[in-house]
Amino acid sequence: MFAILLVVIVGAIGVELFRESRLSIHQFGWRFWQTDTWDPVASEFGARPFIWGTLYSSILALLISTPVALGIAIFISELAPHWAHRLLVFLTELLAAVPSIVYGVWGIFVLVPAVRQLEIATPAWMKSIPLFSGPPLGVGMLSAALILSVMVIPFTSSVAREVLKAVPQSQREAAYALGATRWEAIRMALFYARTGIVGAIMLGFGRALGETMAVTMVIGNNPQISWSLYAPQYTMAAVIANEFTEATGDLYLHALVEIGLVLFIITLIVNVISRLFIWSMAQQRRPPRRRTIPQEAA
Amino acid sequence: MRNRWRRFLSHLIVLLCGVSVLAALFPLALILFYVVAQGITSLNIGFFTRMPAPVGEPGGGMANSIVGSLIVVALGAVFAIPIGILSGVYASEYKGTRLAAVVRFAADTLNGVPSIVIGIFIYAVAVRPFRQFSALAGGLALGVMMIPLIMRTTEELLLLVPSTLREGALALGATRARAVLTVVLPAALPGIMTGILLALARIAGETAPLIFTALNNAYWSTDILQPVSTLTVQVWLYANGPYDDWRRQAWAGALVLVTIVLACSLLARFATARMERMHRGA
Repeated sequence: MFAILLVVIVGAIGVELFRESRLSIHQFGWRFWQTDTWDPVASEFGARPFIWGTLYSSILALLISTPVALGIAIFISELAPHWAHRLLVFLTELLAAVPSIVYGVWGIFVLVPAVRQLEIATPAWMKSIPLFSGPPLGVGMLSAALILSVMVIPFTSSVAREVLKAVPQSQREAAYALGATRWEAIRMALFYARTGIVGAIMLGFGRALGETMAVTMVIGNNPQISWSLYAPQYTMAAVIANEFTEATGDLYLHALVEIGLVLFIITLIVNVISRLFIWSMAQQRRPPRRRTIPQEAA
Repeated sequence: MRNRWRRFLSHLIVLLCGVSVLAALFPLALILFYVVAQGITSLNIGFFTRMPAPVGEPGGGMANSIVGSLIVVALGAVFAIPIGILSGVYASEYKGTRLAAVVRFAADTLNGVPSIVIGIFIYAVAVRPFRQFSALAGGLALGVMMIPLIMRTTEELLLLVPSTLREGALALGATRARAVLTVVLPAALPGIMTGILLALARIAGETAPLIFTALNNAYWSTDILQPVSTLTVQVWLYANGPYDDWRRQAWAGALVLVTIVLACSLLARFATARMERMHRGA
């Protein structure tokens, strides 16, 4: 009976978010996601900058974190000596255990000033590229993407590690037997595990989309659409965290909940797809199980 | 020539993998270093025993926020532990059935829902109808986040219990419920406790679901039907504030949070290592 409660909760989240955002849905319809003006005083709500900020920051974070996370997964599962194995697993898990708010405090007081120095030091010819244009504020897309990528690494790498562990040892042995170098054997294992690895990356993406506190504290909270890494922008989760308690009027509140609803739907889709990938990897033909004495299995 | 290139590439990739490990551990080291270095100078007994000082007055602490965090996390645990364990038992006992698969899927989904969205959900069901922010609502929000964590650990650990144990109990004439409650569950209990500890550590550091459920409170409050201050929300407030004193308090709060998480993780790790040794010895 209690188990069903879990299903009920997930359903209820969707229903409640929809109910609490109906005013805004009725009033604005699709226009809500196609306009850029966010002006609570004039009761004008356009949420496109938030979608942009969330997607842009998450994709940037993925670009940074994916190679690093895969490198860690490969190192731990294929290369590391046994004694280092546990230590590295523990340390990467610790990266996931540090609370988001602590990342945020560190981001505000350490990362943002460092990024500001970097931005001031940007040579003039680089500033003419749209990607690096704008005043050196420190807070902005670059800081957010950096901090997000650090936060996502442990999620991607731990799933990728598990997936690589599921690659049968015989595959690697076969590669080595054919005279493959280490990298060639690893590449083969990666190819064998490709669906699971895509799943791992998607799972990290889902995490990045929903991350709230640390991003809120460093992204600058300015609803604008810009390619510039230096520009302060805003994400869906951040606007909810910042403005929910100050939302005056039902329409304002409903507009914020509608953003939450869409965030919920997007993360749901991303998570479901990533689970499907990981699951289909697990369903692949498994090697015959080795016989083990029960005590050992436990 | 070709073989030289292959060998070179192989070494290069191995090197890059090593570099990526360092690239991830470097920020971890930086964060821990700054939190400890900045936090330790701002942390004193007053932080744990005194109330926040008025703006402009030095000193003061976060006694009310610490107590508030304890209350909210405890409420979450009371709510989530029974539900989490029972659903975990269900999913492992009826593992082949369609409903178990649906429940497992729901748990994974819930685990992936952004915490801020869970905050909105609890606001809609537990704050708005009563027109009252409360510690209880905060606890519910944390509980909702905890359930899938506890459920999945319980399930995984129950599946690890040798089936011979259960069969032995059933052969002695125990009913299924009795076999689970008195034989299978106790066998997995140490591991489940570890899982709960890790879930508590993770939940204690959450901020987003508390902002508009438990809200905040500048005063001492242990009433679960009133808004309550929590360590994480208070750190957020202080970190965003303009005063040097607030910054120091924020660092001190961050240090306390990191210490809690670190202690729980280490404790859990030692417990797991000990259990593994016990099993191997058996």
